[in-house]
Formats: sequence, C-alpha cells, structure tokens
Amino acid sequence: MVKRILAIIMLLIVGFWMANALSGVPFGEDKMLVGKYYLENVKEQTGAVNAVTAVVVNYRGFDTLGEVTVLFIASTGVGALLWRKKKERTAKSEGSVVLRTGSKILLPFIMLFGAYIFIHGHLTPGGGFPGGATIATAFLMLYLAFKDYEIEHKVFEPIEGLAGVGYVTVGLIGLAIGSYFLFDWIWQTWGWGHENIGRLLSAGFIPIIYTLIGIKVGTELTGIVDNMVREEVKDND
Amino acid sequence: MNCIVCIEYIIVAVMVLSAIFAVEWGDLLAAVVGMTAVSLFASVLFFFLQAPDVAMTEAAIGAAMSAAVFIFAIKRTQRYESEEEGAGWWLRW
Repeated sequence: MVKRILAIIMLLIVGFWMANALSGVPFGEDKMLVGKYYLENVKEQTGAVNAVTAVVVNYRGFDTLGEVTVLFIASTGVGALLWRKKKERTAKSEGSVVLRTGSKILLPFIMLFGAYIFIHGHLTPGGGFPGGATIATAFLMLYLAFKDYEIEHKVFEPIEGLAGVGYVTVGLIGLAIGSYFLFDWIWQTWGWGHENIGRLLSAGFIPIIYTLIGIKVGTELTGIVDNMVREEVKDND
Repeated sequence: MNCIVCIEYIIVAVMVLSAIFAVEWGDLLAAVVGMTAVSLFASVLFFFLQAPDVAMTEAAIGAAMSAAVFIFAIKRTQRYESEEEGAGWWLRW
C-alpha cells in the first residue's frame, strides 16, 4: 500500500517534470538548421521524395546498419536462449475454420502490402522496418492458424544472411567508387533516375537497401516467432 | 478546439486507461490485451499526428509481434500473476 502510493507520487513527479520540459519544445515547426537543410536539399542530393527515408537510409545510413545489427543480435540471442537439440510444433488443436480460411485469403494481400511498403519506401511513408514487420505478421498468422506449419529453415536463414551481406556490399561499393562507406553511387556517380524523381525507379540505392532491410527484418522476426513457438521434444527411445 | 483534437484527447484517455488495466489485471493474458490496446491506440494517435510511417511500425510491431511474443511466453509459464487468481485490483492494493 505504502509502496504503491510512493510509486505513484514518484511517477507524478517525473511526469510533471517531463511535461514541463517538453512543453517548451515547439511541435511541428522546423527551427533546426539541419532539418531545414534536409528538406531543402533532399531532392537534389538523394532523389527521394520521402525525406524521412532519405535521412534514414542515405544521410544516416550507417545508423541504420547499426539498427539492423541490433535486430540481428536480438534474434541471435533469442535463438541461443531457446536452442534445443530437437524442436517441434506441439500445438494440439488446429485454428478455427474462420481463422484458417481468413488466413489463406489474407496471406497474399498482407505479403503484397509489406512488399509495397518497403519497395516504395522512398515515395510513400514507411520503409524496410514496417514492411518487414508486416511480412513477419503474415507468417505469424500462418503459425497461429495451422498446427503443423513451419517455415523453410533452409531457405529463410541463407536469405537473411544474404540480405545483411548485401547491405554491407552496397556500402562497400560506395566506399570503392566514392569516398565514404554507404556513398550513394547509383545516384551521384552513375546518375540514374534523375529524370523521374517521384517515380519508382529513382532515389539511387534507397529502394535497393530498403528491399534488403525489409527482407532481413521479415525473415528475422519470423525466425524469432518460430523459435518461440516450437518447443523441445524429448526422444522416447 | 476542433473535433480532431477532441478525438486525440479521447484516444489518450483510452490509452492511459488501457495502460492502467495492463498493469493491474492479474490475468496476464488480459494484461497483454491491455498492452496491445495501448499500442493500437498509439498507432492511431501517430496517424492523427501525421506520422503514418511510425503508425505502421507501431501497429505491426507493437500490436501484433510483441503481443504474440508475450502470449508465447505466457503459454510456456503461467497465466495468473499469483495464487489468489481472479482477485481484483482493490484486493491487491
């Protein structure tokens, strides 16, 4: 009782403090020079219409590589903690008819939507991370609906690795052609797509990298779900 | 105050309410649903605040994936918080 009241009082103090601090920050007005610089130069320098994507993949591409690495480490940690010699699905009952039929019908549309999100990352809101998570949601739905369903491990794990390697390779090609890691060689050196800004084939390496990130995030989150769903089976012999 | 702002305030109120329920419910499965409701309403709120990319990420990761992970964890451990299962928050205070 006393502990609860103390906790609530602490929470109110911290909340009041943070609300006071944040009330001084202007919302929705760009007063920072760096934000203005991005908004004014994003089209010429990166070719992306969506400035958020341009910042995430192009200006701050190295940060995004770090984010992908963090996700990879999290996935590896789950896999290491839940590793057993022999794992199988142990669900006893199948999903209901509504769930099974609905998941069969919805699966291609969810996949298509996820792929759309990461392929059009430089044009519309979204990108590799939401798109990959959406695709992982589709696989999660399959796991919930069918009791025997398992992903193809032999396909998923190489794809995940290749996507990560592809990201680093694109960055290293930039290092070889331009001057720094993750230099946008397609846009700045080759100059592809300068005439169709705002269409799909533009923005240099942003669609390529976001497709790789989408594939990587999707397979990784699906792997986490797979690791958590399957349980250890004891051999009876 | 126009009506969009009213809707935003209602969403924030529902979020706070769901967060309190998520903490207080002894049935952990129900608590996960409360936590998911917080994420879902947060994603609607992000959409109203003109951040559709964050809204999509929040809906996919916060509402779908994390809820699934929590439910798998509950399936492997136990569903109720303590021995006196089903006890209301007024008893545990």
